[in-house]
Amino acid sequence: MADTTGTVPKKGGFRFDVQALGPILALVVLVVIGTLLNPDFLAGRNITNVLSRSAFIGIMAVGMTFVITAGGLDLSVGSMTAFIAGIMIMVMNALIPSLGTTWGVILIGMGAGLALGAVAGAVNGFLITRMGIEAFIVTLGSMVIFRSLVTWMADGGTISLNFSLGSLYEPVYYGGLFGIRWPIIIFAVVAILGEIAMRHTAYGRHCAAIGSNEQVARYSAVHVKRVRMTTYIVLGVLVGLASVLYVPRLGSASNSTGLLWELETIAAVIIGGTLLSGGFGRVWGTVVGVLILGLIDNILNLTDLVSPYLNGAIQGVIIILAVVLQRARKSSR
Amino acid sequence: MSAMAAQMQADASAGAVLALRGVQRSFGPVQVLHDISIALYPGEVHALIGENGAGKSTTMKIMSGYLAPSGGSVELDGAPVVFARSRDAEGRGVTLIHQEFNLAQLLSVEQNIFLGHELKRGWRLDHAAMRAQTSDLLGRLETPLDPRAQVSGISVPEKQMVEIAKALSRKARVLIMDEPTAALTTRETEVLFRQIERLKAEGTAILYTSHKLDEVAAIADKVNIMRDGRLVRTAVRGEMSVDQMAEAMVGRELSDMYPPKRPSDGAEPVLEVSGFSVGEVVKEATFALNRGEILGFAGLVGSGRTELMEGLVGLRQATGAVAINGRPIRLHSVEAAMAAGLVYLPEDRKEHGLILTQDMRRNLTLLALKNFSQILIDKRAEEAALDRAIGEFDIRAPDREVLVGNLSGGNQQKLLLAKIMLAEPQIVIIDEPTRGIDVGTKQQFYGFIHQLAEAGHSVIVVSSEMTEVIGLCDRVVVMRRGRIAGEVTGTEVNEDAIVRLAMGLDRKDNGHG
Repeated sequence: MADTTGTVPKKGGFRFDVQALGPILALVVLVVIGTLLNPDFLAGRNITNVLSRSAFIGIMAVGMTFVITAGGLDLSVGSMTAFIAGIMIMVMNALIPSLGTTWGVILIGMGAGLALGAVAGAVNGFLITRMGIEAFIVTLGSMVIFRSLVTWMADGGTISLNFSLGSLYEPVYYGGLFGIRWPIIIFAVVAILGEIAMRHTAYGRHCAAIGSNEQVARYSAVHVKRVRMTTYIVLGVLVGLASVLYVPRLGSASNSTGLLWELETIAAVIIGGTLLSGGFGRVWGTVVGVLILGLIDNILNLTDLVSPYLNGAIQGVIIILAVVLQRARKSSR
Repeated sequence: MSAMAAQMQADASAGAVLALRGVQRSFGPVQVLHDISIALYPGEVHALIGENGAGKSTTMKIMSGYLAPSGGSVELDGAPVVFARSRDAEGRGVTLIHQEFNLAQLLSVEQNIFLGHELKRGWRLDHAAMRAQTSDLLGRLETPLDPRAQVSGISVPEKQMVEIAKALSRKARVLIMDEPTAALTTRETEVLFRQIERLKAEGTAILYTSHKLDEVAAIADKVNIMRDGRLVRTAVRGEMSVDQMAEAMVGRELSDMYPPKRPSDGAEPVLEVSGFSVGEVVKEATFALNRGEILGFAGLVGSGRTELMEGLVGLRQATGAVAINGRPIRLHSVEAAMAAGLVYLPEDRKEHGLILTQDMRRNLTLLALKNFSQILIDKRAEEAALDRAIGEFDIRAPDREVLVGNLSGGNQQKLLLAKIMLAEPQIVIIDEPTRGIDVGTKQQFYGFIHQLAEAGHSVIVVSSEMTEVIGLCDRVVVMRRGRIAGEVTGTEVNEDAIVRLAMGLDRKDNGHG
């Protein structure tokens, strides 16, 4: 060690972080492949399609980044989406007779969706932080419960939104500002806020501290349980937000709504470079992860080189690859 | 090295079971070991001492096959060997016991001892034979442990014994121990030393490291002193005093290990604690801390000192009255204690103090993060604080982005002190200020504590090192079994008085015999 008294040299200004660039490179490669395989790939219509479909996963994945960074996990987000969408539709349908086919009904439905998300997240968070049950167990349980509830609510079939109310609601998914659809705009806003919160606020710092070493965080005046709890509530609200955007897309909810979304959400977070074991999170990485997963799906659909049925297999390979790369980083440190 | 010197060295290590001959080791461009020659003979106890970063760990790792030397040779029974892996060394009877034990917490004692070397009858495990051998080994080590006990449930010294038993089961002829007594109490250390004597009598060669020089003087037949990657001196038992060892380690005189004691600024109490209880471990503690004072807390490990302090700063549920500057106050969280001007430096810096996987800046500001953020964190202010901390507390690191886990123990401890001082406290509680840090840094740390008191902070020092409490404090509170057993001040602050209180001996005996 240098024997200079109390001085610490600064490292050279430019540092080339290959690990951080990995996901971006993968994204660029995908775009190139997509363009080579199909000239329509970069057409505005296709890009809009990919992005607005990715927005649901993306919005949830930003929340999931905080949960995982703080050392938690939430497996229930997919079936929570289905459950919230189902309740929203039932609430709105029930209000039509008294309030008519109006924006008022839709706003109440949206409010119910967000509130329900907050409550569902709070229940998960309460069981995990106050009752001390492992996050995996709690959210595995709530995942199955939500899925079962939505199946029961739909009586095994589909819950459909009143057709004319659905037409009124449609612009929330298909409409937008300056030709950019609302889901994309909202995803972007959520991602930017998330990135700022993670990197530049005490809250993000506290999440990383808790995920790294809960005891050190506790001894350093961090309210460990409160911070953990809020990560689940924020995620719940974001699941509600995703549902609010999802309902006008199909106008229905069923047993298969949001199926496996929890896995896609977690995968996006991990591909983006966040450590599954907690302690380090990267929101922009999560956004890249979401885009990677969305593009793979899209490329397989646009070309007939590989069957789209193999989408899952390719995603799986990429998830494992991402973790292998993380491992390499850890051991090189 | 001249041929003659080499010849002399060869003669010197004749009969040695394990010897290093002119060993060099570099990591990249940095040479960390220079020309190390040590010979271990059967039935001999070697101590290897030196400051953190002197090269002790690297030397031990080369001896036990965890690292290969870049130059020179390792000789086993007089013949050069190359251990490809640590298992090779183990197979040849050379075992290293790490400071952090390598035991599987959820397995039993017996399963751990035979892990990877299970005894089998055909394809099935021979449980009876393994249990019998385990009992036998533990009996030899005077450790009455059930072979079926789960390792997570046994005490630290017992784990130490299990590690030794494991080494013996593999027919260890050379036992290398990395700070075996760091986590042991005085009594447990005595037990360990009896075992070392026993192993020595059986012909095992032993090498161990320790920062506790009085132990080294008591147990080691030969003391090897390292400094800056060189072996600066090898002395036989009794040749050097503890002070001389410390000076040889540091390379300068340590005449004033402790700064001069300060007279107390009168009896103006800053912190008054009365009838303070923490669960079943602290009962009805009452004491006061004066402005600008360094108050010592002594007592045996487990006497409730740490629990009392953790209760005071809101880390544990507690009852009783606390007043700061005469105002009664309730401290139910670390945040509340910090707001009242009271901070705590935990005894376990790796588990409670610092996040080893993060950089210095994030660690430094974690406790006082509020002072650095409105809505967003002011990184420039953080960097400036880090600059000040590095200067003020003499933190030495290879670069600013280094992960805290890669700093030496002494630098970690300095960073931790800088961290709690960022909260701008009036009262500072420091639990085990110098555990596991080297002599030079210790002296520096005592200087910091002294400066804090000079600057008007009131300091509580909890320590298991008697000399530390005696050297630093003008007043010492002694705890025993969760209660405050008494207090010594001024000239009464000496080992005898403190030990009597800590052990519950009648003080009247003193001086009449």
